[in-house]
Amino acid sequence: MYGSGLRPLSIATAVATAAAAVLIFFYAPIEADQGFSQKIFYVHVPMAIVALLGFVAAGLMAIKHLRSRDRSWDLRSYVAIHLSIILGVGVLVTGSIWAKASWGHWWRWEEPVLVSFLIVFLLYCVYFPLRFSIEDPDRQARYSSVFAITAGAFVPLNFVAVRLAEQVLHPRVFSQTGGDLPGEMFLTLMVSLLAMALLFVTLWKLELSAKHAAQQLKRLRARLELQSERRAEGRGPVPAGAGADGGAVATVPAHPTSA
Amino acid sequence: MTRAAAVILRKDLRIELRTRESVPAMALFAVTVYVLLHFGLDRDTLDGDLASGVLWVTLLLATVLAVNRLFANEREDGALDGLLLAPIDRTALYLAKAAALFLYLVLLELVAVPAFALLLLSPGLGGALPELLAVLLVADLGLAAIGALVAALAAETRVRELVVPLFLLPLLVPVVIAGASATEPLLAAPQEAEGLGGWLAFLALYDTVFVLVSLAVFDFLLED
Amino acid sequence: MPDPVSGAGAYVAAAYIVFVTLIVVYVAIIGTKVARIERELESLARLVEEPEP
Repeated sequence: MYGSGLRPLSIATAVATAAAAVLIFFYAPIEADQGFSQKIFYVHVPMAIVALLGFVAAGLMAIKHLRSRDRSWDLRSYVAIHLSIILGVGVLVTGSIWAKASWGHWWRWEEPVLVSFLIVFLLYCVYFPLRFSIEDPDRQARYSSVFAITAGAFVPLNFVAVRLAEQVLHPRVFSQTGGDLPGEMFLTLMVSLLAMALLFVTLWKLELSAKHAAQQLKRLRARLELQSERRAEGRGPVPAGAGADGGAVATVPAHPTSA
Repeated sequence: MTRAAAVILRKDLRIELRTRESVPAMALFAVTVYVLLHFGLDRDTLDGDLASGVLWVTLLLATVLAVNRLFANEREDGALDGLLLAPIDRTALYLAKAAALFLYLVLLELVAVPAFALLLLSPGLGGALPELLAVLLVADLGLAAIGALVAALAAETRVRELVVPLFLLPLLVPVVIAGASATEPLLAAPQEAEGLGGWLAFLALYDTVFVLVSLAVFDFLLED
Repeated sequence: MPDPVSGAGAYVAAAYIVFVTLIVVYVAIIGTKVARIERELESLARLVEEPEP
């Protein structure tokens, strides 16, 4: 159900990634000022963009959850944030490597993407302790969604603020993550971005599928145990839907549309 | 709904007046931080960007104190259930708490800003005072709006005291950026108001977004 | 292309290695999750096929 479309998606991801790799190393020209280390740009920037979009998308999914009370949306939101955090680690590490390679320092405050990413990353790290400190599954989902929405609204504002601040602090003489890119670099960037986005969606569906299966299993086990208890006591079969609803259960829509 | 909010606000203010838990602690904390930074930075006076930074970071850290205590009354006496059973809009509770936090911040600044001028600021507040007040007020609005939301979010969780600073402070980074950038020319010698309009506009945008988000989302927090 | 193992090439390689490692670690985590699901499924199947006591 969540896993539907996973095979074509993975194939598309593999194709896009291969295409991106080819373009990065054989097509895109070597950049004049930074030389070969500029190639990091093609993995760092797509990761950053996809991660940020992932956070915003998680906020939107959280809105859907609160409006529809359908906990499957909260699950989708959670997995998106989880994935974006992992990408976020990648963004910070590759950004740091890039800074060292191009400028000799392991960190650059002038780069607004990197800086605003650090802030966003610090913020979203709190999501997990908050989420797992709440035991009641319904409350857990609701509070997580509130967090995701607040943080999602924060992401664009934060980016603007940091950009403004860095403009004042470090007038941008030379733009690395935007501005005018020659055509070949732009194409390469776009393809890399596509590959990263496809990868994100593929992994997202994969994790959703696994999580959902685990939840279904939990419910199934609870029902079966209840059933064998009743059988041992000599009573009738368990009525439908009377599983011990101890664990967090995501309501599964009748016709799940793969997002 | 505003009447309900006013009632809750009055109750909170009366309790604060009687117990004096939040505002004096915030003021004391601010002055303590000034002392710490005097030793930490090894400076007798500050001006310009350093002064601005110290002022705003201290303000933010004091806000964390207040946010941690914002729902303390409701938590400790179980008054939250009573409030939730009452036939009032949950949003009234949010408005009341945000208003209370705003007032606490203003009161804090009445003490902390002069103290800062006394202890650490070299050019003195003088001519830039009205502009400084404007920035502080607009920023306080944002601090109050977000602070109340975060307080509610963290109120019933086990890890409340950890979640509040870790969640609140990153969210408030734009406030520090705008506030400090706006304040910096005001605290430098010679004092001038450079780029003030732009930063105030940004703060206003920020406040608007988060007031709207908080209002939309608050109802879902205290449902049980 | 200059010697890829030193200088700029090393950094580029490091960045891409970080990326690939993250993905692989992630897949490994999902893999353990799936393995656990499989085991759970097996034990549930046994529970179902248990003869009536």
